[in-house]
Amino acid sequence: MSIMTEVTIFVLAAFVGFEVISKVPTTLHTPLMSQTNAIHGIVMLGGLIVVGYANDPLEYVIGTIAIAFGAINIVGGFMVTDRMLGMFSKKPKPKADADGKGGK
Amino acid sequence: MSPLAVLEPGGDAATALYIVAFSLFILGVRRGTHPTTAKQGNMIAAVGMAVAVVTTLLLDGIGNWGLIAIGLGVGTTIGVVASIRVQMTEMPQMVALYNGVGGGAVALIAWSEIRHGISLGGDIPLEELIPTLFAAVVGSVSFWGSNIAFAKLQDLIPTRPLAVPGQQVINAVLLIGIVAACVDIAVNNGDPSQALFIGILVAAAVLGNLVVLPIGGADMPVVISLLNAFTGLSAAAAGFALHNVALIVAGTLVGSSGTILTMEMATAMNRSVGNVLFAGFGGAPAAGAGTGEERPHVSIGAQDAAIKLAYADSVVIVPGYGLAVAQAQHAIKEVADELEKRGVTVNYAIHPVAGRMPGHMNVLLAEADVPYEQLKEMDEINPEMPRTDVAVVVGANDVTNPAAKNDPDSPIAGMPIIEVDQAQQVIVIKRSLSPGFAGIDNDLFYEPNTSMLFADAKQAAADIAAEIQQL
Repeated sequence: MSIMTEVTIFVLAAFVGFEVISKVPTTLHTPLMSQTNAIHGIVMLGGLIVVGYANDPLEYVIGTIAIAFGAINIVGGFMVTDRMLGMFSKKPKPKADADGKGGK
Repeated sequence: MSPLAVLEPGGDAATALYIVAFSLFILGVRRGTHPTTAKQGNMIAAVGMAVAVVTTLLLDGIGNWGLIAIGLGVGTTIGVVASIRVQMTEMPQMVALYNGVGGGAVALIAWSEIRHGISLGGDIPLEELIPTLFAAVVGSVSFWGSNIAFAKLQDLIPTRPLAVPGQQVINAVLLIGIVAACVDIAVNNGDPSQALFIGILVAAAVLGNLVVLPIGGADMPVVISLLNAFTGLSAAAAGFALHNVALIVAGTLVGSSGTILTMEMATAMNRSVGNVLFAGFGGAPAAGAGTGEERPHVSIGAQDAAIKLAYADSVVIVPGYGLAVAQAQHAIKEVADELEKRGVTVNYAIHPVAGRMPGHMNVLLAEADVPYEQLKEMDEINPEMPRTDVAVVVGANDVTNPAAKNDPDSPIAGMPIIEVDQAQQVIVIKRSLSPGFAGIDNDLFYEPNTSMLFADAKQAAADIAAEIQQL
């Protein structure tokens, strides 16, 4: 992929980001920040790639820590967002949902 | 290399799968903008992430599986345990921490890339080297800045602004030094110096600390959001360096959406982002507030408060971070239930920055099963205030301070507030008269129609609920 193709993708993605997030209700700022936070955990892919061509002990350590950091970012980010949003979707039926404790 | 290597890096199949992944991210974030679809949206984005990770693991050239397993295992375990243990009140610092590790990962990957380039004999093409340097600097700033933000919110270090004399100058010198070192590495890309690169990482780390330390606790959410955007951009830069389209799109998406969120938050606080970053707001007037003699105020007990509330027609509850700290959301809900049984109309007034982050209070009240319809935004509730019999302020402070409207010299002048001073009567439940995050005295406490109930929010709410029951 040429550098200009990458720049094209970058610019278009920036506009998509602006469009998608505009006019979010304040109510959802915290979960949304948490969710986008989880998405940048995608940098873990970089860790997976660089550890593949790591060839000395320091690079092994750097790569492994990068993967661990990325995994914390991804797993923690999505789970915590899910917990927060779970608070919103709880239905005001105090008795009925006692047994249906929500799958996984 | 890898036993699984079935996809060629940059090949059509891998790229197609990455396109699926980032499309799911965009759909997921889009659904995240409505309360009813947000949970589903988060799930969609998570599936996108799974697609991206699996695709990468299938790439030719992926190796050192033992290390990958260790990294994934340790990271996943920490992530799972931390997100199950965290209290809803601690959400802002949790986001800060996750953001920090993301930035840290970016910086480490950049370092590894540079080492790899040097081991191949230098001559790293500029179109890879420049994004790598950018990723290293921004990732490092984000890592350290987020950790400071976390430490401040977790009360590990003082939330008051900590400024070094000549702060701005030191920051400027560091920034110029970093840029100069980057230029040096880029110019000498035939034989880049690793020592200089490590110097850049360290200088960026110091800069990250120095930029966030002087910012007060109240502004921390804006900072976290900004650092979130930074980490996104640094991830996109890493994508340029590694020619990985998933990283570019996802990182950019977070960068631009994070920027919007940051500006919206700053607007809600009536501040500019620059002002948040450089004003060292939230500490200067503290001395004045502390030394002044005690001003006259009215203090009442739970029984009086219960009587005022029970015989009102309409009550507005103004929750703040103090409510969250005291875990009083359930007790407050009980008070509201008792009042509603007696036919009193109860609403909640949510300031845009109530809690410690926009939307944080909504999460906490939702946790206590407060119906969504009763949560009124500031612009909706303020016109109702003069017709409100009793406004109950629970653990909120600065966001109710009439000085924001009346005193142009106040540090919070112009900040939008919940106009509780317009209500017929005000009850403030608070442990003491101490100032809030902004570090200034609240004029509301000394208004003639304000009664102070000095107590822990949870205990006070429980007492009031019990008293109302007996009336």
